Amino acid sequence: MLMHPVLKLIAQRLALGLLLLFAASVLIFAGTSILPGDVAQSILGQSATPEALANMRRELGLNDPALTRYFAWLGGVLQGDLGTALTNGRDIAESLGGRLKNTLFLAFWAAAISVPLAIFLGLLAVRYKDRWPDKLISAVTLTTISIPEFMIGYVLIYWIAIKWRLFPSVAIINDSMSLGEKLNAIAIPVMVLTLVVLAHMMRMTRAAILNVMQSAYIETAELKGLGMLKIIRKHAFPNAIAPIVNVVMLNLAYLVVGVVVVEVVFAYPGMGQYLVDHVSKRDVPVVQASGLIFAAVYIGLNLVADIVSILANPRLRHPK
Amino acid sequence: MNDQLEYMTGQVAKGTMTRREFVGRAAALGVTAAVANSMLANNAKAAAHEAPVRGGTLKVGSSGGESTNTLDPALTASEVPLDNLRHLYETLVEVNPAGEVEPRMAESFEASADAKTWAFKIRKGIQFHNGKDMTPEDVLKTMQRHSDENSQSGALGIMRGIENMKVDGDNLIVELGVGNADLPYLMADYHLMIQPDGGMDNPGAGIGTGPYTLEVDEPGVRHGFKRNENYWDADNRGFTDYNEVLVLNDATARTAALQSGQVNMINRVDPKVAALLDRAPNLSVKSVSGRGHYVFIAHIDTAPFDNNDLRLALKYAINREEMVDKILRGYGSIGNDMPINASYPLFDESIPQREHSIEKAKEHYAKSGHDGSPIILRVSDGAFPGAVDAASLFQESAKAAGIPLEIKREPNDGYWSEVWNVKPFCASYWGGRPVQDQMYSTAYLSTADWNDTRWKRPEFDAMLLEARAELDQAKRKAIYSKMGMMLHDEGGVILPMFNDFVDGVANNVGGWIEDPNSELMNNKAPIKCWVKDA
Repeated sequence: MLMHPVLKLIAQRLALGLLLLFAASVLIFAGTSILPGDVAQSILGQSATPEALANMRRELGLNDPALTRYFAWLGGVLQGDLGTALTNGRDIAESLGGRLKNTLFLAFWAAAISVPLAIFLGLLAVRYKDRWPDKLISAVTLTTISIPEFMIGYVLIYWIAIKWRLFPSVAIINDSMSLGEKLNAIAIPVMVLTLVVLAHMMRMTRAAILNVMQSAYIETAELKGLGMLKIIRKHAFPNAIAPIVNVVMLNLAYLVVGVVVVEVVFAYPGMGQYLVDHVSKRDVPVVQASGLIFAAVYIGLNLVADIVSILANPRLRHPK
Repeated sequence: MNDQLEYMTGQVAKGTMTRREFVGRAAALGVTAAVANSMLANNAKAAAHEAPVRGGTLKVGSSGGESTNTLDPALTASEVPLDNLRHLYETLVEVNPAGEVEPRMAESFEASADAKTWAFKIRKGIQFHNGKDMTPEDVLKTMQRHSDENSQSGALGIMRGIENMKVDGDNLIVELGVGNADLPYLMADYHLMIQPDGGMDNPGAGIGTGPYTLEVDEPGVRHGFKRNENYWDADNRGFTDYNEVLVLNDATARTAALQSGQVNMINRVDPKVAALLDRAPNLSVKSVSGRGHYVFIAHIDTAPFDNNDLRLALKYAINREEMVDKILRGYGSIGNDMPINASYPLFDESIPQREHSIEKAKEHYAKSGHDGSPIILRVSDGAFPGAVDAASLFQESAKAAGIPLEIKREPNDGYWSEVWNVKPFCASYWGGRPVQDQMYSTAYLSTADWNDTRWKRPEFDAMLLEARAELDQAKRKAIYSKMGMMLHDEGGVILPMFNDFVDGVANNVGGWIEDPNSELMNNKAPIKCWVKDA
């Protein structure tokens, strides 16, 4: 039986994704091996004595050849075992799981606010093209995307956390907090992330819809006497969905893998800070595991974008 | 005059005036140094004798925490793990704010006449958090874990002089190869936390005898501690019900958390904002001069630094006042090309201060016969806060003396393994040690692992060993003075400044006292302070 072409495509993409993940893990391993210093030196820091260094290297198995260490790790991962951290001996899957949950929590709420807002503002900008609402939306979003995210963070902390005391500046969340408390804690980081990703998605929505608006069928719709917003909603938006989904997915990927600066400013216990700590300590198994997850998120979201744009296009959905 | 003095003691308590400045200005008002010092002591006592309030929660925002941290004292190297240790564990003895050794797990200690054999009498009736009694065997095992050949402990270096340890009744007997009058100071090292069975089975379990027990351990995020109801010294430590250490590595995040009242105290206030932060109504900035210092270190066995005239030229060319002013924003004091300052016991105040002198720098540079090729100084931001700016200042003032310094920026990452103690001329810092002997043995003894200036002088080593075993304090002081002068005149260490510890403390914190040993009252502020409105 012949596979449906869409299913076949998904299968192909998944296989390619797995291959990419494998390549990424090789690159990450090679990269952390090239970096100066090793985990023993990094843990002991300035106070390392040669004996303590030698003892630690022996204990952590750092004297084995790099290839042996890589394949030992790969074998573990294929059996679902991410191993333990070299630095503090904790189970990686467990500590990573908690951090990943936090990262997804923050990304989810930032996306839940920024994606609809960006699309709405994009539609609004099209509706009032070249008039003041369009110009205002463009000016504000371009300003916020041009300012470094830590700067936006500091400005919001100064006004919202210190001056008005509305929300806390420290966004440390934990499992014993209720949803309301958690949302209160991440309020300012969500605002920062929203301001950072808004412009990109808004501009793409605006551009994609304007592109479609020049088509003949839009003119027909106009001649039929449909209202502007209705034309945009029923005729222009469905045809502009592919590029919009693409840019939305890119930004979602950013919200998951690229927010380390925001995590540092707000002391948010996410994956980014976790990864950076372990890179600076050369804790290779943790870096590998985190890198794998980041790569999987990136590849996965891009896969979704591809599939959605195929499904949104009848010509691709029903190939001859 | 009295009002003036009262105002000034207040300034010292706040940390805006140093002890030395106070004594100087009091002298200008006709008060002798002895009287001035006792006034300060009374003032400090008054603060400490304010009645403690029990209960409540105290939160600390601290830099120096990573998700890679553990509760194993042997592997502790940064601030947050150190805060955690102070909550959970205790050492045999401690160095108090006055710089004296105070018994803790040992109730007393004594030395043989040659300072070779030491007996530490272990306190009785103390329980670990798991309910077991703390015994001399636990103490012995702890010391063994940090000194045996498989040890990964940061204290391995200081345990080397010990030849034998044994338990004798209630005593731990320590036998040294060479007499050491400062052994108790070494035993106060923060790695040497007493653990059940010496921590041989599970060193990171957080089970100790400290005033708090472990509740939450999320490395790199937060650590929570509950008061130990069974604590033996509850009159002096462990006033709050619950303490939390939040990892806030970003300097702005720390100050914001303190300003908005989310934490009660923070460490490492950025000197650039300290004066501004102090103006906030609900908190104060506390600074205390310590033994930590920032250095430019040259290997004296490597050309061109093997020429003492070149070293002297560099030492005269550096503008110390400018550095304290611009890099430390006044939160520090000038250095004198020796790692010892007035915060150390047995410091000789009469050693002359090296002045900034372009003429002398020129003179020595000409005498050195250096060929005028660029002298490369390696530096990174991680060497010490403001290191790159300090190097630029150094470069400018050296240029005025015709010395061609060239700055080479190195990455932070790997600086301590690839540059420091490897390259011939670079920027670095030292945290200081409680006593001169330890500072010199760590970095200036010929055989020291961290002899980062390659200072190898048999006569210096001999004086160090002589002073170590000398129990007559006047004689010791004279030897240390000679050693300091030797480094000052010939050493490879260019030491422009000693940095203060600058902390931020909310006004609702009680019991704060000045402790020059380290930041946040030697990391003991969370266990010694209380919350007034608890």
